[in-house]
Amino acid sequence: MAYVAHDETAYVAPLEVEEEHLYHAKTWLGKYVFCQDAKVIAIQYACTAMGIGLVALVFSLIMRLQLGFPNTFAFIAPEDYYQYVTMHGMIMVIYLLTALFLGGFGNYLIPLMVGARDMVFPYVNMISFWVYFLAVLILVASMFVPGGATGSGWTLYPPQAVTSGTPGSDLGIILMLVSLIVFIIGFTMGGLNYVVTVLQGRTRGMTLMRMPLTIWGIFMATVLALLAFPALLVACIMMLFDKIIGTSFFMPAVISMGEQLPHTGGSPVLFEHLFWFFGHPEVYIVALPAFGIVSDLLSTHARKTIFGYRMMVWAIVVIGGLSFIVWAHHMYVSGMNPYFGFFFATTTLIIAIPTAIKVYNWVLTLWHGNIRLNVPMMFAIGFIFTFINGGLTGLFLGNVTVDLPLSDTYFVVAHFHMVMAVSPVLVVFGAIYHWYPKMTGRMLNDSLGKVHFWITFLGTYAIYYPMHYLGFLGLPRRYYAMGPTEFMPASAQSLNQFITIAALVVGAAQLIFLYNLITSYRNGKESGDNPWESTTLEWQTAETPPGHGNFGKDLPLVYRWAYDYSVPGAPSDFLPQNLPPQGGSAEGIKED
Amino acid sequence: MGISVGIMFFIMAVVAGWLLKQSFSTRPWIARTTIVEGHSGSFPQPSAKIGLWVFLAVVTSLFALFISAYTTRMELGDWRPLPEPPLLWFNTAILILSSIALQWARHSADSEEIGGVRKGLAAGGLLTIGFMIGQLVAWQQLGDLGYHASSNPANGFFYLITGLHGLHMLGGLVAWGRTSIKVWRGCEPAEVRLSVELCTAYWHFLLVIWFVLFGLMLST
Repeated sequence: MAYVAHDETAYVAPLEVEEEHLYHAKTWLGKYVFCQDAKVIAIQYACTAMGIGLVALVFSLIMRLQLGFPNTFAFIAPEDYYQYVTMHGMIMVIYLLTALFLGGFGNYLIPLMVGARDMVFPYVNMISFWVYFLAVLILVASMFVPGGATGSGWTLYPPQAVTSGTPGSDLGIILMLVSLIVFIIGFTMGGLNYVVTVLQGRTRGMTLMRMPLTIWGIFMATVLALLAFPALLVACIMMLFDKIIGTSFFMPAVISMGEQLPHTGGSPVLFEHLFWFFGHPEVYIVALPAFGIVSDLLSTHARKTIFGYRMMVWAIVVIGGLSFIVWAHHMYVSGMNPYFGFFFATTTLIIAIPTAIKVYNWVLTLWHGNIRLNVPMMFAIGFIFTFINGGLTGLFLGNVTVDLPLSDTYFVVAHFHMVMAVSPVLVVFGAIYHWYPKMTGRMLNDSLGKVHFWITFLGTYAIYYPMHYLGFLGLPRRYYAMGPTEFMPASAQSLNQFITIAALVVGAAQLIFLYNLITSYRNGKESGDNPWESTTLEWQTAETPPGHGNFGKDLPLVYRWAYDYSVPGAPSDFLPQNLPPQGGSAEGIKED
Repeated sequence: MGISVGIMFFIMAVVAGWLLKQSFSTRPWIARTTIVEGHSGSFPQPSAKIGLWVFLAVVTSLFALFISAYTTRMELGDWRPLPEPPLLWFNTAILILSSIALQWARHSADSEEIGGVRKGLAAGGLLTIGFMIGQLVAWQQLGDLGYHASSNPANGFFYLITGLHGLHMLGGLVAWGRTSIKVWRGCEPAEVRLSVELCTAYWHFLLVIWFVLFGLMLST
């Protein structure tokens, strides 16, 4: 294939952009706090998400201390443990990963990668961040109210979430639900921006099929989130009614502490349906942006065209569609009609097909590539390993008969951490190492990055591999302490200690990353505009970091897709998307 | 959950179908210049309009999920339907009139008659406020008859669904207020044409949602 298309009308005048109504901040507050520039909003989102994520990380380490060394730490009471579990899960899934991928990377990358000056509704975008920030504040506040944060598990199942006996069953759960409602409102504002900017804000020549896969992943994840978060909203509102007004949507008749509660006849399973109708798409809300970003990292650092671009796009779309009809595989243990179980097991296993296509394509992208083992590339390859691992155990758990005995064990903990915690987080790290130079104009330290990678990557295996085994032994998850049991060998406890030590090491390694982030901001090597020699538009800006309006006077014109690496016969091994084809310099393909 | 799955799958099918159609016969790996010509967005409509349509999809999803929850909960034994106050029929009529008034405003904006825009907007807004007051009175009447939210899930759903519909109307009134202020400060019809058009579309949409919700409550 030649790298140019023969075309007599090769010259196209620069796009005459009408003076757009870009918002220009006049005050310090308007420029740095209530800023409407998507790049600033992105960094605000990312910092808030990582800040609250660090809190959740510390919670997980406290949990591990308890599990590895029970009866050692007096400051971890059973109630505290359940609050740590709940907050860890809720923060990591929603307030960290969702907010970071869509609010952080979405805001930074969508306008830059599609060649727009900003999001289409900058004001709404700014409000979106502050509403998210408010949600985080409410969440943090819930940890300090009487009774503490809710300890009902991140799934918040009624009736236990709102009945006394569960930690934080009064103000804690109320603030949790309110925080989620506020988060969803804020996300919807941001989500409208991401979708409409991708649809309407692209520069000339940036057809849908020339978009980088990062944008495809973020776009589809946003569509899923916009349609799925309402399910969580409905569940939260109805549970608030049950808690505050005393309705019985979810609450059956309960005798609590010897007293008959006012509720009768509600259906906890209805809550489970609503929760997982949101909860399963949520997995892909986190995974699809990771899929997209990792595709771009692999292609860029392997200096090779992504394998099967169209197939990758379709796989993203198909996974998005299927993710709405698999939710009940989270509820096999609640008991269901065997035909339903069969249906949901089948749809769950069908999702493996587009997912496997993606994995094969990533591996085939590496095949015969000119791999540059930069730090982002190491994280991207690490992702392939952890994702295959987590994906394969998903095939076990998707089957009803295998799921039933394993569902309440550490096997499930290992599975979902591998597939939707470690894998996306590795991509987050890779993406930060990759785009940090564009955000700041400086490179992150390479050696520190490699140390960070190896400890994190090997450490996660040290943490989660043994958990699969513990799960097979039947070690139940969610327990504060096991106590003496017949069926657990003593060696299980030593394995638990090993996991805890590994977790502490991995946790500490994140300090290296933080140190790197902070010191490189001042002392990092200057990156120049395009340190990775990448084709996509964000690397072709006139300044680094890009100024307000992203692209200077003229918006870029796009002539090619994002994957022109190592094109045979081309003068350099990458051709930026805004590089016009050179008419006649090679035997070209006729326009069709 | 069947209703929600159906609606969600329908929306996803539209999205997926459209995306696949866009992408099916393209050969993205070929660099070319001719495609640089022409419009860059996917749709010729203004972005605000696309934004509204996406938002309406989100609201559809929200109410579909409420309806799913409603029908699921209804099948359990303790469900006792409540008598819908006759006032709701009157409120429905007012809401229809407010939609018509806004349609009139939109029509006037299209034909550049600022007087019609003003009258239409004023009538539409007042009627909507009337509708919301009517809904509150209906709540009052039910409360006086002893139908409290906590006494039966049917009552709970009634307050929940009408309240949520009212909240969406309230959001619409914010947009309506912003448009009205512009009109009263004396702007050209062309400047508010899009705003009026979007308000009208939103009102029609909420009217349809109300028909569905009211129909659901009447039939159960």
